[in-house]
Amino acid sequence: MRVRPLEHKPSPEADADAAFVERLRAGDEAAFMELVERYQPALVRLAQSFVPSRAVAEEVAQETWLGVLNGIDRFEGRSSLKTWIFRILVNRAKTRGERESRSVPFSSLEREDGEPAVDPDRFGADGAWSSPPRSWEGEPEARLLAGEARSVIDAEIAKLPPVQRQVITLRDVEGFGAAEVRDLLDLTDGNQRVLLHRARSRVRRALEEYLS
Amino acid sequence: MRLVGSGIPCRQMVELVTDYLEGALSWRERRRFERHIAGCDGCRAYLEQMRRTLRVLGRLDEETISPEARDALLHAFRDWRAEAR
Repeated sequence: MRVRPLEHKPSPEADADAAFVERLRAGDEAAFMELVERYQPALVRLAQSFVPSRAVAEEVAQETWLGVLNGIDRFEGRSSLKTWIFRILVNRAKTRGERESRSVPFSSLEREDGEPAVDPDRFGADGAWSSPPRSWEGEPEARLLAGEARSVIDAEIAKLPPVQRQVITLRDVEGFGAAEVRDLLDLTDGNQRVLLHRARSRVRRALEEYLS
Repeated sequence: MRLVGSGIPCRQMVELVTDYLEGALSWRERRRFERHIAGCDGCRAYLEQMRRTLRVLGRLDEETISPEARDALLHAFRDWRAEAR
């Protein structure tokens, strides 16, 4: 078992979390709805990588909030409130994913996925680029953030094997750190990096195709 | 020519990008990686594309909750409060 370092350091986040927790325990509706507004879309997004449909993902997210309310008295601040909420979601989504019989041992399949990050045809015999990527420095940020580009990315993420999808969603979309994701998904650091690498490479490739 | 200075072929560079960004390369590997980047337009563009991809990924979650889900959760909260308190 991994020994988790105790987090006694006071931080602005920890203080904000503590304030929220107090308000939730006191039955403060506004505090609850603020958390819901902040995290519900992200919870549904993540749940979709565990269960077969958007509808089931919404249900899992809703169950997660009930878990948050029923468990709030036991929240000790050992992780951030956000991590704690996401952990409840991951646990429920896993259970639900298994019940929905999507529990093929994906992780073992994914580990064998040795797909290269870039099409091998783009390199010459010496391993140097024969068809190098062009710079995106001239691409306006707005083009990359436009609805169409986002749809391309969303569609690519949806096509990823589940654990790759979970890792890229938590790390790059939600901004969790490597250590938090290791704990949430129970992955080794090396495995997490491999999954993240495959996922990021595919999303980059999809964006490159879209922009070309 | 692109091998000069780093000894890492471009084909292998693209597989090291995540380890580089994650800080998982050894000090020596990191120096070789950076030396290659400094002399290779293709790999520099690739790394820049990857960084840009990450920035866009970080902006994906600017969605808002649906009114139906919001209502359902508000009711769930009120039920919980009525039962628990």
